[in-house]
Amino acid sequence: MRKARLSQEGVVFALAVLLFAAFAVTLNNFLTTGNLIALVRSVSILGILGLGMGLVVIGRGIDLAMVATMVVSLSWVLSMTQGGMPLGTALLFGLALALAIGLMNGILIAYADIPAIFTTLAMGLVAYGAGRAFLFQIDVQNTPAGIAWFDFLGQGSVFGLPMPIVAFAVLAALMALLLLRTRFGRFVYAAGDNALAARITGIPLRPLIVAQYVVSALIAFLAGLVMAAAVSGMSTRLYNSTMIYDVLLVVVLGGISLSGGRGGVRNILVGTLLVGVLLNGMTILDITYTTQNLIKSLILLLAIMVDSFINPRDEQTSQQAQGDI
Amino acid sequence: MIRKMLMAGLAAGMMALGFAGAAHADDGLDNPSRNPFYEGLKGKRVVFVPLAMGFDLTEGWAAIMRKQAADLGYTLDIRDPNWSTDAGTRALTALIAEKPDVIIAHNPDVQSYARLLKRAMDAGIKVIQLNLESVVPTDAYIGADWSRVGYIEADELVKRCGTGSGKSGKIAIIRGQPTAASDLYELYAYKTTFAKDPAIKIVSEQAAQYDPAKARAIMETVLQQHPDLCGVVGNWDNQDVGAGAAIQAAGKADDIFVVTSGGGNQIGCDNIQKGLLDMIVSYDVPLQGEAINQQIAQTLLSPAKAGESKTAYYTPLTLLTKDNIGPRTCWSLDQLK
Repeated sequence: MRKARLSQEGVVFALAVLLFAAFAVTLNNFLTTGNLIALVRSVSILGILGLGMGLVVIGRGIDLAMVATMVVSLSWVLSMTQGGMPLGTALLFGLALALAIGLMNGILIAYADIPAIFTTLAMGLVAYGAGRAFLFQIDVQNTPAGIAWFDFLGQGSVFGLPMPIVAFAVLAALMALLLLRTRFGRFVYAAGDNALAARITGIPLRPLIVAQYVVSALIAFLAGLVMAAAVSGMSTRLYNSTMIYDVLLVVVLGGISLSGGRGGVRNILVGTLLVGVLLNGMTILDITYTTQNLIKSLILLLAIMVDSFINPRDEQTSQQAQGDI
Repeated sequence: MIRKMLMAGLAAGMMALGFAGAAHADDGLDNPSRNPFYEGLKGKRVVFVPLAMGFDLTEGWAAIMRKQAADLGYTLDIRDPNWSTDAGTRALTALIAEKPDVIIAHNPDVQSYARLLKRAMDAGIKVIQLNLESVVPTDAYIGADWSRVGYIEADELVKRCGTGSGKSGKIAIIRGQPTAASDLYELYAYKTTFAKDPAIKIVSEQAAQYDPAKARAIMETVLQQHPDLCGVVGNWDNQDVGAGAAIQAAGKADDIFVVTSGGGNQIGCDNIQKGLLDMIVSYDVPLQGEAINQQIAQTLLSPAKAGESKTAYYTPLTLLTKDNIGPRTCWSLDQLK
């Protein structure tokens, strides 16, 4: 089992390194500091969201409401600040909303036993619909001008690294600590690997599940905060884009198994890196939109094929209550 | 001599008219063409299928259309597919069965709604296409002439980056949704214009799908490859502001000219003031709103059958730059409501 896990992540990492090397040799200016920073910066939001999704997937769940949580809570915040509320207060309201969405997800999944994929899919729709109906009118909200710390979060840099990358790094470190060094983290692995066994050993399974969705909603909110600062606004249209699948792509591509209990922050970093290298290289090569989509989906298909050869469906997977997705 | 006689005749005629008018001045005159106008519109049903509500263009048009509908006594319904072509197709299919008097369609691309719009006309429903057309001509098209928008944008860049400008001649094209009418017609205009000047090189042609974050990521990468980029031409101001942000972050706002198009909303003007965009070819949403209103009334009153006469009106374009925008140049939604 250990050998198989290593090789799955290894394959993706090798693929990323291979692509990286190929681009570095064939493309001018690919291997410059500026381009590498731009590369990581362009996927840092995706990576942050991937951290939240990764946690939930390790706990054998899935959170399809992350993008909705992000756009709705931040759009509400920005819409309130345009109405004259101080940004700090508005952010507290936004945070409360995001946590409430996570809490509702968690309660429905843990206590009502509704499969996570349906709960969060529906919750995303509910959050987005309610937001559009009651919280903001226009689907692109602009950020307030002249708030120093907020501008710094988007435009500033630390040691030459743009803030979105720094935020991604800090959150990745925190998530690694949470998963590896806290009781909560170990419990998530235990519950993800075998929920019934975890419960028998006395782990408070239901509160644990609720906590996972609250954390992923919190991360969605933070990702939104960084994003709003970085692009000076928040577009709710992101909810209609393929972003949530890209987040899932980062997680699965990195080698976190959808059947739970395996993987870690390193997998998310590898997945994010591969997507970043791919997008950056294709933009430099000026490949057309349709071809880019084709290449992306072929790579996903390849990763899934490799995954199913390396991690064949076994007795344990097929007997799980929900099966794997 | 002849002129004198004519003038005299005219004067006499006017006096006679004046007397005739004076004779009836007490009772006034009931305008005979008035009643058919109002009665022809009363109780009619118009349905608008936008790309989505909630953004400057559609909210602006809808505000103006609602006002006239309330004023003239016809109903205006909005079926909001929220950026989903699928939902839009379902809405149109349902509408063909419901048989409203007029459908106003805002096409996500040139193909998806084409057959449905034809079916609607065959079923006797008149169809007006608004700002984004499909390959099927319908009773009317009201909106921007995207080819012309493209030529204006491209000419501006050739002037600034082409032969004799002393610049690199490198241009980046940021497309929107690569299947939409605006995108296809503009791209043709860009390519034909740029091909005429050997100094112009298109170094990047990427789609941002109306997303400013994506436009920003693309522009960051392009700037790494081509630090001497001269111009950027984009599909929509709301999207290209992301490219502008990347250029500003790289400290090249003065070297790179960003030209795009949009509805002339205040946010676009603000972005010009902030130096994120250099020029917007505005198709002026308030003007388009008036034009669509006029077309709705005319289409409802016209005795022609659906699909019988096909007209198009390309709404006027204005150029917005830092030099000509003032506090009243651009519009805000509250102003239209």
